[in-house]
Amino acid sequence: MFLDNISMALSQIRSNKMSVGESMNRAISEAMNEFGVGNISFYLTEKETAGEKEYTYRDLRDSDCVSEEIFEDMRRHFAGRVQGISLSENIGDGTIESSNTDQKISINGVNSMALDSRKLQIESGRVFDSADHSNMRRVIIISSKLAEELYGEDYIHNAIGKVLECEISGKYYGYTILGIYEYDPSASGRNMFAMGSTPPSEAFIPLRTAFAETNRDMLFTYFDVVADPEEDAQALMDEISAFINSKYYRNNDAFEMQGYSMQAIIRESEQTIGMVKLAISAIAAISLLVGGIGVMNIMIVSITERTREIGTRKALGATNNSIRLQFITEAIVLCITGGVIGLAGGTALGLGASKLMRFPVTAPVKWMVISVLFSMAMGLFFGIYPANKAARMNPIDALRYE
Amino acid sequence: MQIIRLEKIHKRYFEGKENELEVLKGIDLSISRGEFVAVVGASGSGKSTLMNIIGVLDRPSEGRYFLDGTDIAEADDRELSGIRNKQIGFVFQTYNLIPRMSALRNVELPMQYAGVKAAVRKKRAEELLRTVDMQDRMDHTPDELSGGQKQRVAIARALANDPSILLADEPTGSLDSFTGRMIMDLFHRLHREKGITIVLITHSPELADETERILTISDGMITGERKGAADGYVPG
Repeated sequence: MFLDNISMALSQIRSNKMSVGESMNRAISEAMNEFGVGNISFYLTEKETAGEKEYTYRDLRDSDCVSEEIFEDMRRHFAGRVQGISLSENIGDGTIESSNTDQKISINGVNSMALDSRKLQIESGRVFDSADHSNMRRVIIISSKLAEELYGEDYIHNAIGKVLECEISGKYYGYTILGIYEYDPSASGRNMFAMGSTPPSEAFIPLRTAFAETNRDMLFTYFDVVADPEEDAQALMDEISAFINSKYYRNNDAFEMQGYSMQAIIRESEQTIGMVKLAISAIAAISLLVGGIGVMNIMIVSITERTREIGTRKALGATNNSIRLQFITEAIVLCITGGVIGLAGGTALGLGASKLMRFPVTAPVKWMVISVLFSMAMGLFFGIYPANKAARMNPIDALRYE
Repeated sequence: MQIIRLEKIHKRYFEGKENELEVLKGIDLSISRGEFVAVVGASGSGKSTLMNIIGVLDRPSEGRYFLDGTDIAEADDRELSGIRNKQIGFVFQTYNLIPRMSALRNVELPMQYAGVKAAVRKKRAEELLRTVDMQDRMDHTPDELSGGQKQRVAIARALANDPSILLADEPTGSLDSFTGRMIMDLFHRLHREKGITIVLITHSPELADETERILTISDGMITGERKGAADGYVPG
């Protein structure tokens, strides 16, 4: 029936709205927590000429990059407010030839701050010490998944100390396995936009080792500052940007450092989600209103068609209250039926969409109950006016109605 | 003993307005318990308005109405519903069965409004349908029944709460003469066997003659009263 369709559409919007909002929030906050809320990222970016979106194109020179002296200066200047500067350098994706299948591996040079902020659980072996860093030792920390693939189930005893050989764009590298971190399947799936393909296993070597491998100076085009938890990341970001740009990039004709704070990104994304939620709520509210008026209209039509029936019922002894109750009940039953059908449809659609999009979906029972109760309330609210109209009918006029 | 007593009943519509219309102009009428009375009159004579007042669907503008000793003027809407429910059984020309409801459910309805328990009212409804010879069609809805069958279900429904008065407004008006005859026979049987008071409103003098007393109404007043043949009438 026409009416069921309206309620169905309504409840669908309602139940979808809930799960979309909650799933989005969950996915984003999970992703955010992995990066760390206190992180401020800085990237070397091309300067904009005042007011215009015109860039001064020029190739990057070594002198444009951030060197260790600048980091030292920053550490001194922001001592106590900054936990550390996290530096990493990816030397590339490589392949390990193994007995069964070739294993993909992504090798990152990291300083101790960068390794700390990964929050890895070490299963076996140890992390880098200062000697590993300063002596540029060729040691590596790999995931338990990779270790198991290469050394079997008893990798905890077998892997440490073994030399891992891998090939990165034609060159061969060898590292002694120093530690094994616990592989977290949800972390590798963190990039929800990279569907299907399994990302290469992440492995870590000391930062200086990474630079030594590629025969380059320790120069950076990006770095992360880990702020003290007490600090307002946004304000600190502005201060660091001002400090580094005024001291080191004032005379640079093409480049400057640009900061991004996780906090600001989270705030922004929360605002965006809030707006999306608000928009969906507004659409749902309007649809509910339209649907409610539809329910009311149908009830009025039904009551007009049944005028004679109402007159007969009154002649048979129905009181005004029993007529009122009859039609309110009808409106409520109608709306609940629509609500339940809509809920079933919404859940099916939501699950289907989540399967297709590989996007986590939550079906909150609380909200399901609330939407059915809400359908009931809608029936009550929009049923009262028609029911009163029916109850107040004059029995003689109603009986005579053609 | 008088079950219905009307004293100087007036009914006016649009009272106090320019188009004020007086439909009943001082009706005095008494009906005894167990009487079978016919009210005849042309259309527009006021007989339907009189029936609405007797059936407490409407209140008089002036005058007093005692139903089984109770002054109707003192009853509120809720009490009037109760009177219609328990003391009066309506039979309409157009049957007025509730569509989409089985014959059985239709007969149960007045008992439902009276608060009778489901099992009890079902049993009584079956009994009543048997009385009107409709036991084979209890689960049929009105659109599956013929006119005569519908009217028999309607009569069973009117009897549901064992009322003291049966008010029938042109009960054979929509039926062919043969079926109409059957309905009239049913009224006679109920009158004879159950001693129920019947007020029959009709424009047919032949049907009116079958009753015990015939009242003629014209232009809002009772203009004639005579005895009928019912005392000696034997249903064919």
